[in-house]
Amino acid sequence: MGRMQEAVGRARAAFRSGRSRPLGFRLQQLQSLERMVREKEQEILAAIGADLRKCGHNAYSHEILGVLGELALTMEKLPAWAAPRPVQKNLLTLRDEAYICPEPLGVVLVIGAWNYPFVLVMQPLIGAIAAGNAVVVKPSEVSEHTAQLIADILPQYLDPVHVRLLFPVPETTELLTQRFDHILYTGNSAVGKIVMAAAAKHLTPVTLELGGKSPCYIDKDCDLTIACRRITWGKFMNCGQTCIAPDYILCHPSIQSQVVENIKATLQEFYGEDVKNCPDYERIVNKRHFKRIVSLLEGQKIAHGGETDEASCFIAPTILTDVSPESKVMEEEIFGPVLPILSVENVDEAIEFINGREKPLALYVFSNDKKLIKRVISETSSGGVTGNDVIMHFFLATLPFGGVGNSGMGSYHGKHSFDTFSHHRSCLIKNLKMEGMNKLRYPPSSQKKLDMAKFFLLKRFNKGRFGLIILALLGVVAAVVIKVS
Amino acid sequence: MQQPLELPVQQPLGDAGTATEGDSSTSGNPYAGLVSHLRAAWLSGKTRPLEYRVAQLEALGHFLEERKQDILEATALDMRKPPFEAEFSEVLLCKNELNEALNNLSQWVKDENVDRNLATQLDSAFIRKDPYGLVLIIGPCNYPIYLLLMPLIGAIAAGNCVIMKPSGVTRNSEQLVVEVLSTYLDKDCFAVVTADVEGTTRLLENKFDYIFFTGSTSVGRIVMTAAAKHLTPVTLELGGKNPCYVSDTCDVRNVARRVAWGRFYNTGQTCVAPDYVLCSAEMQEKLVPALREAITEFYGPEPRDSPDFGRIVGDKQFQRVRALLGSGRVAIGGQTDEKERYVAPTVLVDVQPSDPAMQEEIFGPILLIINVASVEEAIDFINSRERPLAIYVFSPNNKVVNQVLERTSSGGFCGNDTLMHVTLTSLPFGGIGSSGMGMYHGRFTFETFTHRRGCLQRSAGLESINALRYPPYSTQKMGLVRAATSIKRQGDCTLL
Repeated sequence: MGRMQEAVGRARAAFRSGRSRPLGFRLQQLQSLERMVREKEQEILAAIGADLRKCGHNAYSHEILGVLGELALTMEKLPAWAAPRPVQKNLLTLRDEAYICPEPLGVVLVIGAWNYPFVLVMQPLIGAIAAGNAVVVKPSEVSEHTAQLIADILPQYLDPVHVRLLFPVPETTELLTQRFDHILYTGNSAVGKIVMAAAAKHLTPVTLELGGKSPCYIDKDCDLTIACRRITWGKFMNCGQTCIAPDYILCHPSIQSQVVENIKATLQEFYGEDVKNCPDYERIVNKRHFKRIVSLLEGQKIAHGGETDEASCFIAPTILTDVSPESKVMEEEIFGPVLPILSVENVDEAIEFINGREKPLALYVFSNDKKLIKRVISETSSGGVTGNDVIMHFFLATLPFGGVGNSGMGSYHGKHSFDTFSHHRSCLIKNLKMEGMNKLRYPPSSQKKLDMAKFFLLKRFNKGRFGLIILALLGVVAAVVIKVS
Repeated sequence: MQQPLELPVQQPLGDAGTATEGDSSTSGNPYAGLVSHLRAAWLSGKTRPLEYRVAQLEALGHFLEERKQDILEATALDMRKPPFEAEFSEVLLCKNELNEALNNLSQWVKDENVDRNLATQLDSAFIRKDPYGLVLIIGPCNYPIYLLLMPLIGAIAAGNCVIMKPSGVTRNSEQLVVEVLSTYLDKDCFAVVTADVEGTTRLLENKFDYIFFTGSTSVGRIVMTAAAKHLTPVTLELGGKNPCYVSDTCDVRNVARRVAWGRFYNTGQTCVAPDYVLCSAEMQEKLVPALREAITEFYGPEPRDSPDFGRIVGDKQFQRVRALLGSGRVAIGGQTDEKERYVAPTVLVDVQPSDPAMQEEIFGPILLIINVASVEEAIDFINSRERPLAIYVFSPNNKVVNQVLERTSSGGFCGNDTLMHVTLTSLPFGGIGSSGMGMYHGRFTFETFTHRRGCLQRSAGLESINALRYPPYSTQKMGLVRAATSIKRQGDCTLL
């Protein structure tokens, strides 16, 4: 507890010193981060590999690529993002300066997750630094190799007072008794509630990146081969342990067997005959999750897969058919390589099914009919959507990434990260002279004054000489009116 | 012109169809029926079409037009709000927001197309503006119509169903909202509830898709804690002590008027009112007489008789404010009358940071003056305290204004005036730290009640490019991927 208080206290003192605010400092930190990712690439890949039994290629494309992209984007755009933003003025404020000034919040807490242990720490960290904050990072203790590695290398590249990764990893609830100025948490809804409740004590705003069951509707009218290949990729990457993995499929019973066959064929393509010994296929992160996922298979009709090996936390890519909506596998987020297929008669039923459940983090629709996709989007709610593919909306930094309802609140990525970790401070700078105009609002009141106030308030102008002339004229009129009354 | 202050008789409130009294004695969920009724309306999709939203907003406009007198009367009864202030704040500013919404709504609701990267060049990428669903708006007592309608306008504009809970302190305004405002809106989708503290706690046990709260910091914590149980996002418009630094080189007359206006408007019951002045002893000597002059200019020799000066909103609040008069020394005013809930426009000097008046937001017509030797001392003073909703700086020297701006943190900031940044709808209004979270006004209100949903619509074609991401991985594939990454650094595009 003392250690955490000390870490947060030092971060706060560092922030108060004002060193993290200048753009130059932030850019320099981001450049260092980029160097770290490039120079320590092998170590990072090895750590992720140790935590998730993930091959270097996967680790690179899942985690490193995205981080490098985010760094490059942020460094390029930061001066524009951080600049004060002038706003449209009204007649009353025509001669004033009115703008929104993005400012750092202070000390940000980033709580990482184990499924993508590097990127889910780094991406929020990039945004928090870009916005000028001091940052405290709590990685997941489940992915201990990555946590240890980042704890070792981060201080070699970043100012250790401004950015602090807590290792050994402290207990979350204890850490949350400290006061932060923003908390970004990635994880599950149950802990999300605990984080928000703890944040409420300090009135700390939160961004919660949670989860849910992301539905995937496959329309009869679509290229099933391509659809199933894309779904297979998104479902079984990281052994299904992806917050935006397609959790379950909804489709017409007449195409169910074709879907199964296509996925089987794709699995063969991806992982070969012997998936267990394929280096491209990951493992469940630990025994607890292994047991949880295996229990979801009880009583289910296994159309493909189902093999497990507890010693290595191996679960084969598994497809379940004719799944009942009331079964256990449909109660919680699967977060594993088990893909249930449920039957719906048509898109109306699919929409009704989706809307009868908690709002998911992602929603997927496969169809050649653009109108149908539009309809599903318009009649449902979810954090994000990808049509005719899965996962990919995550990789476009111009799209805000986040949940809604049970799947979370707030968003980040790209500029959205910068905005999340900034306070948008409204600034109006007036002149001490020009008191004539102000007389309209001072007591004693009169109908004339009120009428003039109405006129000035309800009009809007940008800077322009025409506006200035009008203003000057009106100023004269106002002075005369007030003198007379 | 003296008006006896009429304290209204507590009336049983309106029709059960529009208002629900929270019965604190029942266990269970007294609001369950209402909430599920509105949620069903939400799920029916009724509030989503643009035409519907526009119609409801126009109805609100009719309310402001047709019931202006009722609003003026209700707020006069509640807190003797001067008609000018009532018309300006409770009617005009709402009309402003309404016009802003009606003029721009068709733009705001549109999908926002976003820049794409190399991999998504042929796709459609946009941000969809989804309503949250059923939202709860809790209004405060100081601007009982304004601070209820402002978020309401944005919530309706964004396509939500709304439950409103006006403040129970301002009984007449509450009654107006319950009995009159509600009749202008579609009863299926918009409801007003009345509730005491216990009732509000029960209300907050229900699941809402968004909660917008205006009020005190302590209740803000309670609201957010309740919201956490349902993972409901919140906007909290709270308060704090807004400092006002006055530099030595100022022309006191204009400063005094602007500060006095901001402090005594609405009898000091404004969340962004200047709470305390920081200035040198020399400046204080000039400022106090100037303030006295401004007060007389505004309210005459006897503010109690001025129709432009109001009263404290309730007995409890009056007693709280009166107790603060013991801090420091009364330089101007200090008179009170309990029956009328009158507190004279007051200036206290020789106030110490440890005095009671410096421990809480004044929220009354009392201006404190604290001496600092320099702008640096003022900045340190401000930074040693909780971050306020607003910071004010008066100086003819722009450098000084910018110095304070850059080295402090607050919800909003206004140089050389008070309150005015709140009237410009293109500026977002909100707090930071204990003064709140989230922001609204104008477009920002619409965005507050909107879930920004990232959407990517891909084409079925170009599967060959996708092949790069599929296993099995070969060194060749990785080479391509890495090569693409290094191309990206020079240009504008990112690969994945």
